[in-house]
Amino acid sequence: MAAIIELENLSKHYSPTIIGVDDVSLTVEDGEFVTLLGPSGCGKSTLLRMIGGFEAPTHGSIRLAGKDVTWDPPYKREVNMVFQDYALFPHMSVGENVGYGLKTLRLSKGEIATRVKDALSLVGLYDKVNQRPQQLSGGQRQRIALARAIVRRPKVLLLDEPLSALDAKLREQMQIELKHLHEKVGITFIMVTHDQTEALVMSDRVVVMESGRIAQEGRPQDLYDHPASPYVANFIGTTNFLPGTSGATQGRLTHVEAPGTTLRAELDAAPPPGREITIGFRPEKVRVLAETESAENTLSGRVAEVIYYGLGLRVAVELEGGARVFADSLLPDRLAQSVLPQIGQSMRLAVAPHNVFVFEGRVAP
Amino acid sequence: MTKNTPSLMARYGADTAFMTFVAALMAFLYIPIWVLIAFSFNDSRSLTWPLSGFTLDWYRKLAENTDLQAAIGNSFYVASLATLLTLCVGVPAAMVLHRFDFPGKSVFRRLILLPITLPGIVTGISMLNMFRLMGFQLSLETVVLGHATALLGVVVTQVYARLQRLPKSLQEAAYDLGATPWRSFVDVTLPNIRSAIVGAGLLSFVLSFDEIPVTFFLTGRDNTLPMYIYSTMRRGVTPEINAVGTIIVLLSLLLIVVAVIATRERRK
Repeated sequence: MAAIIELENLSKHYSPTIIGVDDVSLTVEDGEFVTLLGPSGCGKSTLLRMIGGFEAPTHGSIRLAGKDVTWDPPYKREVNMVFQDYALFPHMSVGENVGYGLKTLRLSKGEIATRVKDALSLVGLYDKVNQRPQQLSGGQRQRIALARAIVRRPKVLLLDEPLSALDAKLREQMQIELKHLHEKVGITFIMVTHDQTEALVMSDRVVVMESGRIAQEGRPQDLYDHPASPYVANFIGTTNFLPGTSGATQGRLTHVEAPGTTLRAELDAAPPPGREITIGFRPEKVRVLAETESAENTLSGRVAEVIYYGLGLRVAVELEGGARVFADSLLPDRLAQSVLPQIGQSMRLAVAPHNVFVFEGRVAP
Repeated sequence: MTKNTPSLMARYGADTAFMTFVAALMAFLYIPIWVLIAFSFNDSRSLTWPLSGFTLDWYRKLAENTDLQAAIGNSFYVASLATLLTLCVGVPAAMVLHRFDFPGKSVFRRLILLPITLPGIVTGISMLNMFRLMGFQLSLETVVLGHATALLGVVVTQVYARLQRLPKSLQEAAYDLGATPWRSFVDVTLPNIRSAIVGAGLLSFVLSFDEIPVTFFLTGRDNTLPMYIYSTMRRGVTPEINAVGTIIVLLSLLLIVVAVIATRERRK
C-alpha cells in the first residue's frame, strides 16, 4: 500500500498562545479508514480542514499522492469533504447538488447524468433526484452529501463529524453503512469525531488527539487494550484510576501498591520500584467475586451505587482505601433471575494482572 | 359543555375584536388611496363629497401636460440610475464586510449605515457644498449621486443580513466541489442572496422615486415628480395630481408583482 496523505510537522497557530494543531506528522495509506478522535477543541477539525484546503497551516506540509498540495486552494485538491451540516445547496435539486462537482469538471451532460445516477443509487436515493434537500430527512440528506462527495471519485474523502446531527438509532445504522460504503468504493476515508464508539466501530486506525497533538494512534483494539496515557484510557472507553506506587518486578509481573491493597500487573515495560504511578483498569474487566471465592488481585469495599442500563449492571464500589471504582457485569438473563447487589453490602472484586494498566506519574484525569 | 361556554364566548369575543382591529388597520392604510383613485375620475374640480360624475378629463389633461411628463421621466431616470449605482457599490461592500475581518470593521459598517440615519436635509446640504467645491454643475446626475449615497445603507444592511444567515459551509462546499471563488459566487452565493438584492433594489427605487429633501438641494433646473407635485400644490390639489397618483399606484402594483415573480423559489 502506498501513502496517499502525508502530513509533515503540520501546525496551525492562530496566535502565539492559541494553537489549533501542533506539529502533527501522520501518514495515511491508500484505502485506509482513519479517524481523528478527540474532544472539541483538540484540533481534529482544524487538521481535517487543512487537508481539505480550507485553512492554511502556519508550518509544515501536506502531500497528496506524493504531490505537495500545502498551498493549493480546495478547488484544486482531489479530496472531497462531507460537511457537518451537509452544506447541500438549497436552491438546487438533489440531482443538481450531486452533479455540481461534475459540472465544474466540465463533463458532458450524459456523463454527468450517468455518474449522478450511479452515486445516488449507491446510497439508495435515486428516486429523490428531483426533490429539494429541504424535503428530505436528516439521514437522507446525509446520504446525499456522501453521494455528492464521492461522485467526483476523490483520492481522499474527508468526513467532518458526519453523523453528529442524526439521532442515536440512525447513527448506529449509518456507522455500519459508512463502513460498507468505504469497502465498496475503496476510497481513503478520513473522519473526524468526538464519539469513541463511532471511531472504534468504523475505523482501521484511530488517531487520538489532545490539545493539538497526537496522543496515540493505532488499531482500535490496540488503543483500547494498550492505551499510552490516562488521557487515552479515559477517552476511549471508561477506566478506573487509582493512585499508586510501583514495587518489585518478578518476570513479567510487577507489584503495585494501591490504597489498601497490593496488585500485580503484567507489563511489557515495568517502571523502576518506588515511582509514583497511576493504576488503571476497565470496569468490564473487573470480576465480582462470590463470598468464598479467592482470586489474584482482589479489591474489597462496599457498594455505593447500582446503575442498571439494560445490557448490564454497573456497580460503583467504595474501596477500603477510599477510592471509588466501577465494576460492570452483563445480564445474560432477565433481571428477575439475578440477584441485585444491595447498596451498603460488602463486595470483593478481582482484576487479572494482564488487565491492569500502569501509567507513570499521578495524573488521574 | 356548559363549562366550555364562557371560554368559547371569550374566544369568540377576542376573535371579533381582532378582526375589527385588522379591518380598521386596513381601512386606515387603504381608504386614502381609494379616495385618491375615486377623485381622479370625478368630473368636478373641487375635492368635495359627494362625487358628481365620471370623467377621464384629468387623464386627458395629464397627457397634454409636458412639464408633468418630463418630471415623471426625470423621476424614473433618477430612481433607476440611483438604484443601479447603489446596488453596484452596496452588494460588493456587503460581501467585503461579510467575508473579511479587518481592523475597524465595525466602524466601517456603521459609517456605511450613517447616511440613512442622517436627515435628508443634512445629506442634501453637505453634498451640495461638496459639489460646489468640486465645481460640479447641479443636474439630475448629481441627484443620482446624492440618492445613491443616501440609499447605500439600505442595500448593505439587507444584503449583509442575508449573507450572515447563509451558512459559510455552502461556499466551502462549492470550493470543495471544484468551483473557483468567482464561480461559487455566481452558482451558490448569488442565487441565495438574490431575493435580498431584488428587495433592496425595489426599496431603493421607491425611496429614491419620492425623495424630496436631497433632490431639492442637488437638482439643477430639472424637476422630479415629487418636486413638481410639491410646487403645484401652492395652487391646491388638482384632480390631475390624483390622476398621476392613480397611475403610480398601478405601477407600484405592477412592481410588486414583478418582485414576487423575481424572488419566487423555483419549484419543480
